[in-house]
Amino acid sequence: MSDALDQGLRACVKAAREDGQDVLAAEARRRAAAHGDLNAFIGLDTRTRARAAGAAPLSGVPFAQKDNFCTAGLRTTCASRMLGGFVPPYESAVGERLSAAGAVSIGKTNLDEFAMGSSNETSHYGPVRNPWDLTRVPGGSSGGSAAAVAAGIVPFATGSDTGGSVRQPAAFCGVTGLKPTYGRVSRWGLIAYASSLDCPGVLARSAEDCARVLGVIAGHDPRDATSAARPVEDYLAALDAPLAGLRIGVARPYFGAGVQAGVGAAVQAALAEYERLGARLVEIDLPHAHLAIPAYYVIAPAEASSNLARYDGVRFGHRCAHPRSLEDLYTRSRAEGFGAEVRRRILIGTFALSAGYYDAYYLSAQKARRLIASDFDAAFAQVDLIAGPTAPTTAFALGEKRADPLAMAAADVNTVAVNLAGLPALSIPAGLHAGLPVGLQLIAPAFAEARLLAAAHRFQQATDWHRRRPGDRP
Amino acid sequence: MSFDADHLRRCARLARLALADDEIAPLEREIARMLDLVGELHHAALDAVEPMAHPLGLTLVPRPDAVTEGDAHEALLALAPETRLGLYLVPKVIE
Repeated sequence: MSDALDQGLRACVKAAREDGQDVLAAEARRRAAAHGDLNAFIGLDTRTRARAAGAAPLSGVPFAQKDNFCTAGLRTTCASRMLGGFVPPYESAVGERLSAAGAVSIGKTNLDEFAMGSSNETSHYGPVRNPWDLTRVPGGSSGGSAAAVAAGIVPFATGSDTGGSVRQPAAFCGVTGLKPTYGRVSRWGLIAYASSLDCPGVLARSAEDCARVLGVIAGHDPRDATSAARPVEDYLAALDAPLAGLRIGVARPYFGAGVQAGVGAAVQAALAEYERLGARLVEIDLPHAHLAIPAYYVIAPAEASSNLARYDGVRFGHRCAHPRSLEDLYTRSRAEGFGAEVRRRILIGTFALSAGYYDAYYLSAQKARRLIASDFDAAFAQVDLIAGPTAPTTAFALGEKRADPLAMAAADVNTVAVNLAGLPALSIPAGLHAGLPVGLQLIAPAFAEARLLAAAHRFQQATDWHRRRPGDRP
Repeated sequence: MSFDADHLRRCARLARLALADDEIAPLEREIARMLDLVGELHHAALDAVEPMAHPLGLTLVPRPDAVTEGDAHEALLALAPETRLGLYLVPKVIE
């Protein structure tokens, strides 16, 4: 019965219907406690919930929420000392929709502080460990969500993706991670990092399960002015679209110098499998791909410096002791409340927006963003999807890149362009290299999630990489 | 350009972040390295390119000028570290 947790959402929904609505959530909570060594959770969800109708699409299915989604009456920390005592008065749109669909939130997952990081090591609550190898990072920033799904604690978890924060940890932990089109899922109640890039997403065992969850969380929300007023497709019904004739663009820059040989080989093998299944591979170039990291590391910090100005020690969040003046209250509360990586990004963003440097940095980055988006437009005139490795390496060791922000930034080299252009993309397990999962990234045109999920689903029907589990852990 | 300690102090002042003296040198170094990384932007041909602020090219969405949320005064004040008489408390600004 509790085995349903290991078999995906269809089995979970069936088990909850047959064995009772609370059985799976109780088992998920037991597993979360048993996997304490992963440090995947910042807090458990102890709220009593209103019961959804038995026929709701995710009735009785347990899930975990990244701790930057506001939960009404339940502490939401963003893995920051700044929000250590923050109990939101409202629920995120994603949380509301999942509850209304019957899903049961069991806890809040660990992340890089304010979702700024690629390894989960910037969390105020300590790093998450990768279930495949406890000496390695789970990726970031949605590392707790990825680890919780990979370890079999929950069948799915929410994440947010600003520069790869769903896809890169999905790749490192061997799960499926979907970043929808910007605007497809409401950001209401997702604590802001970089508002023109932030996108709620899903981590699950399979593309089919991502489709099931996306169908619930997607849709227009008047509370988010950037939410798209477009009808939501039936993603499940579209899963069986055939691969025959599908044109997959193989993006040369994504196989650049920093890509580990084993990662490149696994991804090439996955692409050969696609070819065997009837897809056609087309070499494409993205001539401005090299500008993605520079543009991202200006735009994301610039927006962060603006968004995080709200933490002033007055209205909510950390307040320093015995402020001598209003200025002292602001500067010390912020210096004490934010960790090193967050402070660094606020300072870079402030610099990029400051008088005398705005044109050279922020405006240039916005122009580069246009070129990157235009590259994708041109590519999608020739192909239906674009493929490459999600990350250039498999999960690296804890501490390996902690002291080197540049090395850390390189982990995002294949994911950030997607956020700059606002496109949907996902990462699926595509092989193992030295016993660690390798992720294949597929990118689609805006709002073509149905095509994206179907292509991933077809691959997962023909292969079993997504069913591989870390070692023999319980 | 090279990013130096004066740039750092100015940004810290603008961002309302207190910096300890021993933080200056390492932060200056780290930020200078990140700015080198993004320096590639200065070599790109960008003159004729229209800047892109947002992926969807959205226009601002007008809403009716109507109250949509009830009185959340107490709930919001409850989040504040220090309040008195239903007001946020800050250090004295005017002598």
